[in-house]
Amino acid sequence: MENIEKADQLKKNNRVRLLTRERSKTAMIGTQLSDKTGQSHIIELVGVNKSFGEVQVMRDITFYIRSNEFLTLLGPSGCGKTTTLRVLGGFEQPDSGTVTFEGHDLLPIPPHERELNTVFQRYALFPHLDVAENVAFGLQIKKLPQGEIDSRVSQMLSLVKLDGYGARAIDQLSGGQMQRVAIARALVNLPKVLLLDEPLGALDLKMRKEMQIELKQMQRELGITFVYVTHDQEEALTMSDSVIVMNEGAIQQIGRPIDIYNEPRNAFVADFIGESNIINGRMHEDFRVLICDKWFPCVDRRHENEEVDVVIRPEDIDLVKPADNLLNGIVTSATFKGVHYEMIVEACDLEWLVHSTDHKAEGSEVGLSFGPDDVHIMVKSAFSPMRGKSDQDSASHESERGADYE
Amino acid sequence: MVMNTRSGINEKKETPPTKANAMPLRKRGGTVSNIYLALIFIFLYAPIVVLIINSFNAAKSRVVWGGFTLDWYRKLFQNADIIDALRTTIIVAVLSAVIATLAGVLSSVGIYALPKRFRRIMMQITNIPNITPDLVTGISLMLLFYFLRAQTGFVTLLLAHIAFNIPFAILSIMPKLRQMDMSLYEAAQDLGCTPAQAVRKVLIPEIRPGIVTAFILTLTLSIDDFVISYFTAGNQVTTLALTIYSMARKSVNPQINALSTLMFMTVFILLIIINMRTSSKNRIAHNGVISADRKIGKRAFTTQRKE
Ligand SMILES: Nc1ncnc2c1ncn2[C@@H]1O[C@H](COP(=O)(O)OP(=O)(O)OP(=O)(O)O)[C@@H](O)[C@H]1O
Ligand SMILES: [Mg+2]
Repeated sequence: MENIEKADQLKKNNRVRLLTRERSKTAMIGTQLSDKTGQSHIIELVGVNKSFGEVQVMRDITFYIRSNEFLTLLGPSGCGKTTTLRVLGGFEQPDSGTVTFEGHDLLPIPPHERELNTVFQRYALFPHLDVAENVAFGLQIKKLPQGEIDSRVSQMLSLVKLDGYGARAIDQLSGGQMQRVAIARALVNLPKVLLLDEPLGALDLKMRKEMQIELKQMQRELGITFVYVTHDQEEALTMSDSVIVMNEGAIQQIGRPIDIYNEPRNAFVADFIGESNIINGRMHEDFRVLICDKWFPCVDRRHENEEVDVVIRPEDIDLVKPADNLLNGIVTSATFKGVHYEMIVEACDLEWLVHSTDHKAEGSEVGLSFGPDDVHIMVKSAFSPMRGKSDQDSASHESERGADYE
Repeated sequence: MVMNTRSGINEKKETPPTKANAMPLRKRGGTVSNIYLALIFIFLYAPIVVLIINSFNAAKSRVVWGGFTLDWYRKLFQNADIIDALRTTIIVAVLSAVIATLAGVLSSVGIYALPKRFRRIMMQITNIPNITPDLVTGISLMLLFYFLRAQTGFVTLLLAHIAFNIPFAILSIMPKLRQMDMSLYEAAQDLGCTPAQAVRKVLIPEIRPGIVTAFILTLTLSIDDFVISYFTAGNQVTTLALTIYSMARKSVNPQINALSTLMFMTVFILLIIINMRTSSKNRIAHNGVISADRKIGKRAFTTQRKE
């Protein structure tokens, strides 16, 4: 019952996008789906599995991509992001599951006939061609008239701010320039979908930030669907319309950046997206959670299991005078981080991370204050801080539930 | 020849000893190893130097200097048999090099596309001709042609040269391919190339240096070959190497010196080109070339490929 209510609540957000199996089956027959926002889905993956030998790299991956959106696959190294892109690009065939592009089965189509282009993880520029020839490559293959090729190439080079670099050899470019060439080479073909595999991975921080903004701008201007892979959560949150958080080949959560940040669905997401305090809690009734033997109000209803994970973001905690109705502790370290102080408070045998602009000296006694909105309740999963006895049950329960949303 | 021993040593080089103990060691062994080195050079090169000097010697005797002359070279180019052999040598060399290189490219791409396990097996098979003595290769090819009732002559000679050249072509091309970022091939397909187009437009230009090396190397090996040609050419056609051999058997003819000098210089220059191509640009490509050098150096020592 809670499931349904929770689903209802999320539906209001209009963001939860895991498809039900039943619905997607009807989607196979060449019809293009659209969701409540009225936007059509350009790509849909349903129940995709992929193993390399013993290792399962994609586990029952189901999601869709809306036209013209900036979708990010986010997850730690080795979680299967590149493999997912390669399935879309046609360089890997999944073991099971379906992939549709504008309603048509994509899997039998060879890479060179797919209407998507890829920016590869290590650029994969052709060293025997110069910059302009690299960018022109796709158009040349399509045998476009030379005049049109030339004008589109120079247009694209100026879009990525590389005017005048056309005759440069590839090995005379900086990392950032190579990266732009790779983007130009893919974009010049005006694909319906552009796949980008950690394109900013090799750049320094400043360059990364600049390119993030430029990429986002290009995506908006050209109206091309971007599927972007990164393991950098900040990058994912700043650039994306939607984020898919993956771990060990399975989707953990799909949603808008703000929802993923504010409503992480399990401890993995909470931990991976930003810093958080993840604490064991108990719920006996709706809107009240027991943390360290004290009751706190919250906005969630009771889950099936009593044991829950409670997530509280470091910036949501205020340090106040100790009081009976608060968790009280001692500041064990305080570090200045520029905008805020990062403080660690030891309370009820746990270390709490607190970000605040108010400085509290080391050794001072404080109370941890947070509002009902700041307390995020999550079902226990394999990623929970301490494994309770009902762990395994709730973890599998969690993944089943994913398919019921919407 | 010398080049192969050098690169062979380079490859096997172990971690250099620390300065502290290296210096005294080197000093102690200095004179002995220098003498040893000098002896090697004398034994390897003295005959060649004598041969080259004698090719300009006006006297017919090998021990007396009768003044400088280019007569032997002039006579050489008036000798119809030799001109004929030269023509055969060049045609066989060029044809076998072109065909073996093409076959080498196709085989390399094919082998590269195999799953790892099969790839290793194929490379082992490719290496077998390297360690087979020319004599065995030559005789077995002769027996094969005999078995097929093929008349030995130009065609069998050419086929034999193609056959022994292909493994060397593969060994020159394979390292380049292994070096290539496989995502280039995928990027080409991503941009609309069919797999065949991707091979032609991206993969081949990428491995071009290896292909050129393969061509020069197979050309060299073909010009250089005596043993295999001896068994597969029959008695109608003859190559330069075969001509030298038959001339040397008949009588002492200073034209041999001139011809040998020319062949030596040709092969020597080609080898230098190959070595420069492979060592300056890319160390990884060594593998194929070392073994090929070894083949050329077989007269001096028949070594097993170490791997
Ligand atoms: N061709 C392959 N053969 C065997 N295993 C593979 C192959 N490709 C990927 N893997 C394995 O699959 C897992 C997922 O790989 P993938 O490249 O998709 O990860 P990723 O999320 O892109 O990681 P990263 O952020 O490091 O790029 C890894 O454990 C990897 O070792
Ligand atoms: Mg990757």
